Amino acid sequence: MALSPNSLSLLVAAKILAHWVLSGLPLVLLAPILGLQFDLSANALWVLTLSLLLGTPVLSLIGAVGAALTLGVRGGDVLLSLLVLPLYVPALVFGAGAVQAEISGLGASAHLSVLAALVLVAAVFSPWASAASLRIALES
Amino acid sequence: MIQKLFFYASPQNFYPLAGKLWPVFACLATGLTVWGLWLGMFVAPADFQQGQGYRIIFVHVPVSWMSMVIYLAMAFWALLGLTFNTRLSGMMTKALAPTGAICAFLSLWTGALWGKPMWGTWWVWDARLTSELILFFLYLGHIALTNAIDDPRRADKAGGILALVGALNVPVIYFSVKWWNTLHQGASVSLTKGSSMAQVMLEAMLIMGVAFWMYAVAMALYRVRSIILVRERHTQWVAELPEVKAQMMKNTAGGANA
Repeated sequence: MALSPNSLSLLVAAKILAHWVLSGLPLVLLAPILGLQFDLSANALWVLTLSLLLGTPVLSLIGAVGAALTLGVRGGDVLLSLLVLPLYVPALVFGAGAVQAEISGLGASAHLSVLAALVLVAAVFSPWASAASLRIALES
Repeated sequence: MIQKLFFYASPQNFYPLAGKLWPVFACLATGLTVWGLWLGMFVAPADFQQGQGYRIIFVHVPVSWMSMVIYLAMAFWALLGLTFNTRLSGMMTKALAPTGAICAFLSLWTGALWGKPMWGTWWVWDARLTSELILFFLYLGHIALTNAIDDPRRADKAGGILALVGALNVPVIYFSVKWWNTLHQGASVSLTKGSSMAQVMLEAMLIMGVAFWMYAVAMALYRVRSIILVRERHTQWVAELPEVKAQMMKNTAGGANA
């Protein structure tokens, strides 16, 4: 695929999207149903869905950079978690905080804004950084 | 000037320069540490709220600063290495990482020691503490990634990308006490408002800050010399270095005796 005439970043972006559709999207769709069982209010359910909708793509996007960096490295799987998990923390903190803020009556707009900012920054830089890492892995 | 920079971008020319510079920085670091600690431990008065316990600030704040500054320096070298494809940049990034990891670790450790008597807890999942912990893991990840890749050029580039991605975390740490109002106190020193501390405490802290800075520079230069030697061991100029020659002579002599 790296040999194709299309830009590698675009291909990587498509791959990331496919990954998200398979792993993130089902979670977004399932979460409200699970949330009902925990007796969340309608507002909280909306916030939960929205925060997952904004948060899960961040995980796929950051994971792509980590996966590309550890491509073909010995012990890559362990290394991947060491590289990626710390970078996940902001998304997890704000994602988990959003519903809590909504339930406690503070309003979740600040958390959701930060999550939206994270996903935008990640969407711009991640495909590009992943493509650059892939080229490094492939050239040697 | 530019000519000179490019001259020292070659490991062969940088090796003797680093050899000359690192003892200077090491001496400065030692002298300033002694001065700063003396000011901090003996001259500065006890804090009216925290008593003597606050004195760990003279280590805690400088190492926390350095843990962030070193990461930015790594990102700078990484950017330079990725754009100009210079070999020395990757070596500098690699040389800085362990010192940065030590600073981040010390920052967490002294913070825990300080937090226990003052807040009553070693650790809270507060924004600043958590992001400093992330920074520590980023350093570890960088060291692990660059060591896991055998080809040094590839290791440098992959480490460079990681350093740049992780650099986004540094502003988050710095501003975290402003953005989230949690247990960790706000900054005591600011460029715009001046400081909220006594003059002599501030002086001691700044001196310690400069001391740790000098220490980091000395360690990075010392380590980069070793990295240069390892990576360039097949070249003619390394074989012709007097210290390498002496070592070789010793090894062959030892081998003959055995």
